[in-house]
Amino acid sequence: MAEPPSSLSSKDVAHVARLARLHLDDATVESYRTQLASVLTHIARLGQVDTSGVEPMAHPMDTVNRLDPDEPGPVLTLDQVLMNAPAREGDFIAVPKVLGGDSA
Amino acid sequence: MNRPDATAVAAAIRSGALRAVDHARATLDAIDTANPGLNAYHEVFHESALEAAAAIDALIAAGRDPGPLAGVCVAVKDNIATTVGQTTCSSRMLEGYRSPFDATVVTRLRAAGAVIVGKTNMDEFAMGSSSETCAWGVVRNPHDPSRTPGGSSGGSAAAMAAGLCDLSLGSDTGGSIRQPAAFCGIVGLKPTYGRISRWGLVAFGSSLDQIGPFATTVRDVALAYGVMAGVDAHDSTSAAMPVDDWQSTPPTDAGALRVGVPSQYLRNNDPAVTEALDRALGLLRAAGATIVDVDLPMTDHGISTYYVIAPAEASSNLARFDGIRYGHRAAQRAGEGLEDLYARSRSEGFGAEVQRRIMLGTYVLSSGYYDAYYDRALRIRRLIKQEFDTAFARCDVILGPTAPTAAFTIGGVTDPMQMYMNDVYTVNTNIAGIAGISLPGGVDRSSGHALPVGLHLQAPAFAESRLLRVSELLERLLSA
Repeated sequence: MAEPPSSLSSKDVAHVARLARLHLDDATVESYRTQLASVLTHIARLGQVDTSGVEPMAHPMDTVNRLDPDEPGPVLTLDQVLMNAPAREGDFIAVPKVLGGDSA
Repeated sequence: MNRPDATAVAAAIRSGALRAVDHARATLDAIDTANPGLNAYHEVFHESALEAAAAIDALIAAGRDPGPLAGVCVAVKDNIATTVGQTTCSSRMLEGYRSPFDATVVTRLRAAGAVIVGKTNMDEFAMGSSSETCAWGVVRNPHDPSRTPGGSSGGSAAAMAAGLCDLSLGSDTGGSIRQPAAFCGIVGLKPTYGRISRWGLVAFGSSLDQIGPFATTVRDVALAYGVMAGVDAHDSTSAAMPVDDWQSTPPTDAGALRVGVPSQYLRNNDPAVTEALDRALGLLRAAGATIVDVDLPMTDHGISTYYVIAPAEASSNLARFDGIRYGHRAAQRAGEGLEDLYARSRSEGFGAEVQRRIMLGTYVLSSGYYDAYYDRALRIRRLIKQEFDTAFARCDVILGPTAPTAAFTIGGVTDPMQMYMNDVYTVNTNIAGIAGISLPGGVDRSSGHALPVGLHLQAPAFAESRLLRVSELLERLLSA
């Protein structure tokens, strides 16, 4: 098992920001670096606990997926679905060009 | 705060002694007067509240049953969906967002005769312990406006404590109902995981989140809990187990009660908090209860475990906010692709604490770190659960402080780690998925203000009736 790193670089923070789809400027990266390093140092104490032979517990409930009968029920109208869309064109949500653009 | 409690309000309205419309109008007037100083409410529903109240009066005039919460004015935390008004999670990300449906809890409250009077401010996306990360300004504590009401459900707690509603709703992922209840001197219940439907609650930590009520009395939180609890076809994590009427459980016989007190809950508390706990233990002992020493050594690892699991789940849940289907979208720039638009929309829409937790969650789930953090935290989660199971074999409830201190000053805690330590006694309740409640237990006068101190009772999963009965006993002993 990998041990938590003792330090966190700006490069690490920028990488995580990219994974998280967050746009951070350099000053923000640096402030998050210090804050996250402090939290991670605290969290690293979990390494002291003997967890060998302990099953991970993802959820407090023992029940697994509960399935409903496959029957159509009431659904939202298209207008309700689209009422919060930042940009709408007819029955569609407008987004920037996805294919063939400069950044594709 | 000399309002009758919600149970008394409902009884007066049901009997015809009080008109629901008059009560709603008085409540709205009180809000209009006091809210500018407290910032507890983000939105107040003057019109729809009076309409709902008039409908209750009409039912009564027609001789029909208006429900157990007839005319009771309820404030709803702004991460719970309502078709009236907005549902913003106190975030710029959801500024202007209008829900096309009501949360199941809101539907159930309305069906029971409740009148929804408004939406309350909170820490952004429920991430915080002081309501200071609210995008719509800080919320103030009615007991001392220079202090925080706690968080994240600070607006709902402050509204309740200031007499600006009869009941309010919060959500609790690591203490977000119980800690503000303690700071505001009211009762706050976090039911067992799965006991109340979360359909319509904006997700933060899906294996931890639970909705619960605030009130001034134990009987009121029990009343609200009874209306909201139970399985919901819309929430597959709601428990199918039947809800027992707490009043069908006999009142707690103090002579047969075993109260567990972990030594880990007795350290690092402010003197007034220690004093409040000692007083409660003395009263319980005098009433015949047995105080049992129990051991919860994993208490010390609760915060660390929580700050792996909760941000991990949050980073995944909040991935839906990308500025496309709803929520804030950054202004489009020429030549910019979709991924840049996602990133700029998210960084403009989310505040600093939310971004910090998304980063933390993304980090602990990222390749190379998953085992060291997330998998390890999930194993410790099981140890925490097992430790509670062992403790509850020897006692009926566990008693301790809700938080190590009374309300702190707004702006007084700036280090994230120090802020997170506020929840040292409450996070493990969520991690284990059991039930917890905070009761007003004493007063800290060391600052010159009379600041409430909270006592925290925990009970096994689905033992709400026991928890409420013991709470009722403790409430009575403390007020005698």
